[in-house]
Amino acid sequence: MRLLAILPLLLAALLAQEAPPAEATDGREVREVLSDLVLGKGGEEANLARLGEFGDPLIEEVVAAWRIGGVLVAPGAPPDGEIVLLKRDGGVVELLSGQPYAGSPGEAKVNRAGRSLRRKLSRIVDVLELASPDPGFRADAAMKLGSGQNPDFLAELQARLPKQKQAGVRRAFEEAINISLLANGTEMQKLAAVEWLGDHDSVAGRDFIRKLRDNLEDEAGDEAAMIRKAADEALDKIASYEKAVEIKGTLFRGLSTGSVLLVVSYGLAITFGLMGVINMAHGEFIAIGAYTVYVVQNIFAAQFGAGSDGFENYFLVSLPCAFLVAALFGVLLERGVIRFLYKRPLESLLATWGISMIIQQLLRLQFGAANVQVASPEWLSGGFEFSGVSITYNRLFLIVFAGVVILMTWLLLRRTPLGLQIRATMQNRAMASSLGIASNRVNMLTFGFGSGLAGLAGAFLSQIGNVGPSMGQAYIVDSFMVVVIGGVGNLLGAALSSLGIGMVDQSLQPVLGPVMGKICVLIAIILFLQWRPGGLFPSRSRSLDD
Amino acid sequence: MNFSKDRIEWIIVALVSLVVLVLLPALNLLSPGSALHVSTFQLGVWGKYLCFAVLAMSLNLLWGYTGLLCLGQNLFFALGGYALGMYLMLMIGPDPVYNSPLPDFMDFLGYPELPPHWKPFDSFAFAALAVLWVPGLLAFIFGFLAFRARIKGVYFAILTQALTYAAALLFFRNDFTFGGNNGFTDFKTILGADLREPATLRWLFVASGILTLATYCLISWLLRTKFGKVQQAIRDSENRVRFSGYSTTSFKLFIFTLSAVLAGMAGALYVPQVGIINPSEMVAAKGLDVVVWVAVGGRGSKFGPIIGAIAVNLLKSYTTRHFPESWLIISGGLFVFVVLFMPKGIVGLPGQFRGLKAKWDARRASRTAEATA
Repeated sequence: MRLLAILPLLLAALLAQEAPPAEATDGREVREVLSDLVLGKGGEEANLARLGEFGDPLIEEVVAAWRIGGVLVAPGAPPDGEIVLLKRDGGVVELLSGQPYAGSPGEAKVNRAGRSLRRKLSRIVDVLELASPDPGFRADAAMKLGSGQNPDFLAELQARLPKQKQAGVRRAFEEAINISLLANGTEMQKLAAVEWLGDHDSVAGRDFIRKLRDNLEDEAGDEAAMIRKAADEALDKIASYEKAVEIKGTLFRGLSTGSVLLVVSYGLAITFGLMGVINMAHGEFIAIGAYTVYVVQNIFAAQFGAGSDGFENYFLVSLPCAFLVAALFGVLLERGVIRFLYKRPLESLLATWGISMIIQQLLRLQFGAANVQVASPEWLSGGFEFSGVSITYNRLFLIVFAGVVILMTWLLLRRTPLGLQIRATMQNRAMASSLGIASNRVNMLTFGFGSGLAGLAGAFLSQIGNVGPSMGQAYIVDSFMVVVIGGVGNLLGAALSSLGIGMVDQSLQPVLGPVMGKICVLIAIILFLQWRPGGLFPSRSRSLDD
Repeated sequence: MNFSKDRIEWIIVALVSLVVLVLLPALNLLSPGSALHVSTFQLGVWGKYLCFAVLAMSLNLLWGYTGLLCLGQNLFFALGGYALGMYLMLMIGPDPVYNSPLPDFMDFLGYPELPPHWKPFDSFAFAALAVLWVPGLLAFIFGFLAFRARIKGVYFAILTQALTYAAALLFFRNDFTFGGNNGFTDFKTILGADLREPATLRWLFVASGILTLATYCLISWLLRTKFGKVQQAIRDSENRVRFSGYSTTSFKLFIFTLSAVLAGMAGALYVPQVGIINPSEMVAAKGLDVVVWVAVGGRGSKFGPIIGAIAVNLLKSYTTRHFPESWLIISGGLFVFVVLFMPKGIVGLPGQFRGLKAKWDARRASRTAEATA
């Protein structure tokens, strides 16, 4: 909830580029006011009023120290008069300058605030964050005070509302004030607050409205009835808003899960779907891609230093590297093992399983059995909120990337001479090679391309999940499901089925939990194949055994 | 020719059975000081291998003779193990910590009483029947759906793997009432006999031997019947069999269910001998292990799976003890090697050598013929 409240504010702050109000005053001023207050210089009321304008955490420290005898007054040199000292863990410092006190602290006397001053000060400390220069803190503090529904803070919030320039902070203040009014306002104010909260889809205000409504349940009178009616309407509005947010959130998460599936299974759709090779080592090609990113990251860190601008670009460099390394391994596998097994698909399944165990163990020996750390570049971390749904950049990037993968593959297969040869070979190997297509070369390149896509997928998974020797195992069953559901040999089918499975998975998860959701998806897939044994887009052929 | 081959086969079977069923248990009875003594631990290890052999034979029945590759044979094995494990768990009796008759993971999770589906399992007969019908029923339902939709070959393999994957996910859950991650362990008695006594373990070993022999005989018999001929015809050309008027779906369904029941029985004998069953027996990798055993031994042959299961497990226990880090590499390499160069497995090696020799002889003969001409 807190995150949801802060995210838009941060964004608003970034966009507005407006200097926060308290930043202009430098720390000196706070120190002077505090010092005057301790020494009793100037009017106490005036000093307190000025203190309220600052959001400096120093105030909290001084007030706390004052209470426990941590504020001392030393007799100073004549022009400045007495010096206020502050006891810290490290020693005694001068309040005005913040520098360590040069004189002997023994001569100083402990200063204590009077009872009424103490009470006023603690009020100021309570609302300190409302004046914080950070808009996120301000909004957060406003919501916290508003949810407390304390009448004292209501006035404070109202007094500070006109000073809030940013839309997000302003909205938080208004929301807080209205929540507070639900408990502290007159009947008319309560009514207005309920309506305001309903109109502005205040999720934070829902529980307070409900409480107010429950309190008024048995109360007679027109006003109570009106509030009750308004509360019901507001609750309905908030509920429908929440539902809309949830649906949008599920859509986004489904899209993002679907994109993960699509990226990891597209390579398989090519090697399995088009070539008919069951590559159980597909998951290990994903791991190879992810480890390539890890290696590139380490090289960049050694070259430019972690956190530097050069390092930030490592991910862009590692993408083609991941593709090429995985493609190279794919070509090796095709030349070394798979080309002997094109006529024996079940056996290619077994041999590639053996390969997958070997690759896993080699990765384990080389990089250790534990997961390795891959840092996300700055521009991939974080996120923003779009109409109530929090969207992270890496997920968004993944969705875009999935689109790019589809486009790339489509262009390759439909718009290049190699693509034409690939399709011809996949449709009828013997006929294609009798027409002069070097089917050996085509097989090698196709398999390399499919493996390269797996490597790219691994590069992306390194940004959203763990990178370990057996990371590919988690995706292998899912990827095969995607290909089988989509209809073997049909790339469009693979795209649709991965999005479909992603959506179903994400809509079931909130209801059933992650594990049961997954099991239900698997059962649904088995049942789906009853209805359409050939998948969404079965390959049409007149031959009996395909 | 045929007759004598059969006779040789029966002599081998009789000799091996004699060794396993009589000689090894007898040697176990000798005093530990004697040079010929076989320790109870050794006996247990071989009992385990015999269960694996039955598991491999059940897969061979499917894959070798019917052409259906099931990557989830370990699921049926584990289900059989779980069914007997439930009985064994209830036989433990009140444990010292919680002092309740419930299995201790239930005490730990705060179950007030035994869940209803656990209650009948305090009868051995019920548990023994469950060993048969639980894997059988699952295979029947899954097979019915899969074969009806004419899912075969690679797709069938992948779907069985998905089924295993889903089941493993389910059994890893604590609230599935089967002990979650840890599964069942700490068994004490079976049919009143103490599971730590050498005598009990000896009888379990003999039972495993009998099961192996019985499975072997059953499969051999099945292959000679008309049913077995249809089954092998399905492997070689399913469409022709269908066009000849046989319902291949029912044949496949029966074989699949039978092989699941066999795997379940193997699992049920495996669990009391190793003393533990947990969901890691269900993971996809174990399913492929079984396929390796059959492939290494030689699929589509009667002895192949037995030889494969024992040979691979002996190699595994040797390698994991001496070179623990390279076991996966060796087993993966073995896999690739067998697929590429030994398509008929160990059992097919003599034939391969004969073929090579014949080729060589022929070449030499033609060369000498050329030279003389």
